[in-house]
Order: sequence, then C-alpha cells, then structure tokens
Amino acid sequence: GKLTLLCDANTDGSFLVHHFLSFYLKANCKVCFVALIQSFSHYNIVGQKLGVSLTAARECGQLVFLEGLKSSVDVFFRTQAEPHPLQFLRSANAENLQPLYEFVREALKPADDGEAAWRCPVLLVDDLSVLLSLGMGAVAVLDFIHYCRATVCWEWKGNIVALVHDSGDTEDEENNILLNGLSHQSHLILQAEGLATGFCRDVHGQLRILWRTPSQPTAQRDRSLTYQYKIQDKSVSFFAKGMSPAVL
Amino acid sequence: MAAVATCGTGVGKTGSMVMAGSKNNVTGFQRRGPRASGSDSSYSRLVSIAGTRPSVRNGQLLVSTGLPALDQLLGGGLAVGTVLLIEEDKYNIYSSLLFKYFLAEGIVNGHTLLVASAKEDPADILQELPAPLLDDNGKKDFDEDVCNHKTSESNIKMKIAWRYQLLPKMEQAGPVSSSRFGHYYDVSKKMPQELIEASKVHGFFFPEKSSSTPNIEPCSLTHGYIKLLQFIQNIIYEEGFDGSNPQKKQKNILRIGIQNLGSPLWGDDICCTENCDNSHSLTKFLYVLRGLLRTSLSACVITMPTHLIQNKAIIARVTNLSDTVVGLESFIGSERETNPLYKDYHGLIHIRQIPRLNNLIYDVSDVKDLAFKLKRKLFTIERLHLPPDLSDTVSRSSKQDLAEPSKLLGPGCGAMAGGKKHLDF
Repeated sequence: GKLTLLCDANTDGSFLVHHFLSFYLKANCKVCFVALIQSFSHYNIVGQKLGVSLTAARECGQLVFLEGLKSSVDVFFRTQAEPHPLQFLRSANAENLQPLYEFVREALKPADDGEAAWRCPVLLVDDLSVLLSLGMGAVAVLDFIHYCRATVCWEWKGNIVALVHDSGDTEDEENNILLNGLSHQSHLILQAEGLATGFCRDVHGQLRILWRTPSQPTAQRDRSLTYQYKIQDKSVSFFAKGMSPAVL
Repeated sequence: MAAVATCGTGVGKTGSMVMAGSKNNVTGFQRRGPRASGSDSSYSRLVSIAGTRPSVRNGQLLVSTGLPALDQLLGGGLAVGTVLLIEEDKYNIYSSLLFKYFLAEGIVNGHTLLVASAKEDPADILQELPAPLLDDNGKKDFDEDVCNHKTSESNIKMKIAWRYQLLPKMEQAGPVSSSRFGHYYDVSKKMPQELIEASKVHGFFFPEKSSSTPNIEPCSLTHGYIKLLQFIQNIIYEEGFDGSNPQKKQKNILRIGIQNLGSPLWGDDICCTENCDNSHSLTKFLYVLRGLLRTSLSACVITMPTHLIQNKAIIARVTNLSDTVVGLESFIGSERETNPLYKDYHGLIHIRQIPRLNNLIYDVSDVKDLAFKLKRKLFTIERLHLPPDLSDTVSRSSKQDLAEPSKLLGPGCGAMAGGKKHLDF
C-alpha cells in the first residue's frame, strides 16, 4: 500500500492524474476516483486517447466515479435524504470529511464472497486543494487522507494517489500545511513544475520524482530523479534535462 | 460539457444533448471513439445552434466572447460550459467594456442573456451596449425586417441567374442576418433598441433581491451569492438549458455575465480585510457555479476586482477554480500613460490561464506580452512592440522601464510554465 503524492507548482499537473487513472485501469485494479475539478466526460475523452474507456469501466464496476461538479449542484440545491459525500457544501462549519470517507470505503470494499474480481483497490483524488477552497480546513483534509490510508493502504493493501497544487510564492498557509503533511506521509512524490527560465514551447516543464520511505526516516537517503517533459496529444515524452529534441 | 462528436458520443447532465457544427461529417479528423451508452435517442439529432462553432482542436463547442482578437488568443472562443474570469483593471473601464462586448455578442446571436450586477441595474447595462458593425447586406436586411416584418419574400426578379430564383430561400435566424462567428462593435454608438427588445434577458440586480430570505440553510456563502446561484439555477432549469425539457425544438445558449463579483457590494468582505470571516464564500460560489455550467448549455463571464482582494491566497484559489483567466491592466493613471514606450497602447492584457478541456494539451499562443488598444470600432490585441528608439535621452530611461515589464512578463508567462520572476540578461 503506497501513497503517491502528485504536486504541481506553476503549471498544470493533471496529465499525471490521467496517466495514473489509465495505468490502474489497465492493470485491472478497482479504482475509486474522486474527481472534483472536471467533469466525467473530460476524463473519459482523455482516457480514450490514452487507451482506456471510463464508461466501460464504470459500467462493469471497475471504476467508481464521484463527479464533484455535478454532485455539488445536487447537494446544494436539493436537500438530500441520506448523507451525501459532498455534504460539507451545504453546512456552514463542516467539521470533517467523514461522509466522503464513508463513500470511499463503501466503494473500495472488497467483495464479500471472497473472490477477487479485481486486483488491489486504488483511490485517486483530483484534487485535494479544492477541498480547502470549499471550506474544509487543512487538518480535516489530512485526517481524511489518514483514514483513507489506514483503510485502503494498510487494511486492503491498496494505493492512494492524490494531487495537490503547490501555491509557490502566494502565501496560502493552509495549502502549505496540507502539502507538507502529505509529503511526509507519502512514498512517492511526483512534482511537476514549470521551467525556471519561463515559458517554452517545446519543453512544458520539469518533473521531479522522489522516492521516500516514511517509515524509516533515517535509513537510506531518498532517491530522486529529474526529467523534463513535453505533453503531446496522446502521450507525454520525457527526456533528461537539456536533452530536448528541440534543443539538440 | 458540450463536445462535437462525429459518431455521436454524448455528454451532458441527462446525456441528451449532442451538438455539432453543420458540416459535421466532413471534418478532417474522424474520431472513432466507442459509442457511449447509446440509450439516449437524441444522439442521432445533430443540432446546430446560432453563434457557436466547434473548436478545431478538440471538438468543443465554442461561443464568441464578442472580441475576435480575444477569441483568437483563447483558441477560437469561449468553450460552452466554462467560466471566463476577467481580472479587472484599476478603474474598471476596459473590463466593463469586455463585459459589454460579451453581452452584445449574445444579443446579436440571439442567445439568452442573464446579467447579474450589484452596482447597476441590468436594464441600464443593456442600454449602454455598443452597436454591432454589420456588413451592408446585413444592415439592409435588418432595416427591412424591422420596417416590414417580412420574413423571406423578396420581389426582385433575377434576370441573369434566374435559375437560382427557384432555390428555396434560407430562413433568417433572427432580426440580424449576419451569421459570422465574432462581430465587431462600434463603441461610440449604442445598440439599437429593437435588437435589445427582441432578445431575452434575465436581470439580477442584487439590491432588489436582497430583501427576501433564501430558502436554503445557512452555509458559509454570503446572502448575495446564494440568491444569485438560486436565480441562475432557476433560469437554467425552467428554460431547459440543462436538457431537462426535451420538447424544446430550438436549443440556445445562455450567456451569464456577472459584474464585479467579490466586491463589497455583493456583501463579501474579501476586498476589505485580509482575514475575513467567510473567506470561502467566493470559492464555494465559483465551484457550484462551475458545476451548474458544466451541466448546461451556458457560458459565463465574470469580472472580478482582484486588485482589491487583500489575501493573495484567495486569488490563487479563484484562478484554480476558473477555467479561463484573463487579466487587464490599463495604463490610465499609472506612470506608464506618459511613457513613450507605451504610447500606442491603452493597456496590457495577460492571459493567465487557459483550460485543457478534453485534452492533454491546449492552445497556447507563443506571444506572452500582449497589449491592447481601443479604437472606436476596433479593440485590438497585439504583441507589445516597442517603438523605435530614436533619441539619446529616451534610451536611458527606457532601460529602467524595460526591467519593470520583464518583471511583469515573468508571472505572465509563468501561468503556463514559469519560474522566477526577474531574470537579468
């Protein structure tokens, strides 16, 4: 069970989310996708370019999709009979993200009859910074991830992938708390950032990969690698720093 | 989200909307995706809506922002279902002009408008819209229609190409026959009254509506935002923009314009203090608004006085929650007005964010330093180029000034993929 943190600073890291989504779906894992930023059709169309069909996955039960934008309209304008995962939108002081956690738990619960139709369960969240904008405190979001990690990673040996925006130099303290807290807990950090020299057509940014072992903080040194990337229509091409084909 | 499909992949809240340009089957690239849940019957109906066109890159349905120069920078237009956030310039001169262009484009295309403002009555805003510049044929037809209310009959017999007389006449979409995508407007003239009255406009003037209590339990949204959201949701639902009323024959786009969102006139105090009580009010509003837009055929333009917002973190959050963000910076009142470098232009325009919709990549223009210039009939946006350096005295002061814009340009291009602010060469 691993927690992978995707973080983007000054650029858009959503290509990583699309990659992980298609990766886990192709690997036959049961995926619960909490998509708070874009609509289902957006992920579906990009997923088709990457080779997976989200509608087919959703229909056969491999993918449980929580579409934040559509559900928020339902939650906000109509009173719900039963607790909704996005219930905090209606309340003035939402304490915690418990309904959302219950939803994830329900979605990724292994089947009772013992047969494993899918491999390990995966929780994918896009993205956690939006929860801060919607009124939750950083501590509440960290608690949510902690609960999910205890259940998904430890109990069911699954993985969690979450995207957080790095606010960079704007002093968003809540976001920094969230980011630092998650960085300490995660096993793998993928950080997409813009180039230090500004905008370039051929190199869209730089990806830093950091492997960590949070359980043994003083054991070995964390490994890290840096690549530069260019996003294309159906894939992303990576190359070593300075080795972009446009430059050579 | 609306998407053009060559084989009928449908999207939308109830899944019953498919829209496409008229020449759908002959587009260059054929997307052969699988049919997604072909249970809805309206997939086979390809409807074309006035004033929209599909994007060449990803098939997204686009509407014009009213400014063809801006359309080009945004990749063809504003995508239906998205929010365009305009960060106001200091005295709210050019941003309100862009707002008016957007509304005027809606009237010219026959779209339904929803105008929300806390400062001026929407009826007054409509009176001040600029007049469209129609080509001569359009104007003549328009005059004829207004005078005679004739629809199609023309008594002129064709003498040379008489075979063409037998062809059926195309029907007019509305009082204005011009069907181009973006229109140009004459700022010195006002929109003709007949056009305004022919269009359908819903106005939301906050001081009028603030008396009644909202029938929603108090959440952390301010009163004004709750009322506005309910109003928008009401209109979308009643008029069937979200596909909930499938009997409607003619699909139309709802253009929502919200002026000065976040200003104290809406009851929000983020522009007043740094640590405000309900700092999540605006971001929650934007989130629910985006949810409403994604599930309906509408496009929204919001102007926001971000230069007044004290807490920079909120600006970053607001930017992340909007789809397209454009910042305006006018030279009025600043020392740049008299600067000979900028004498040709009225201000700078920064494209801070462009969404990636249904795609991994997006249209981004190469040019990052853009300036705008308002002439009577034309609002141009072009690459900022410095006038030739002809005298000796100008060069010394201009070097200092060049350092300033490069600091500006840093974050400007940093929206896409940026880094440090100021680099010395």
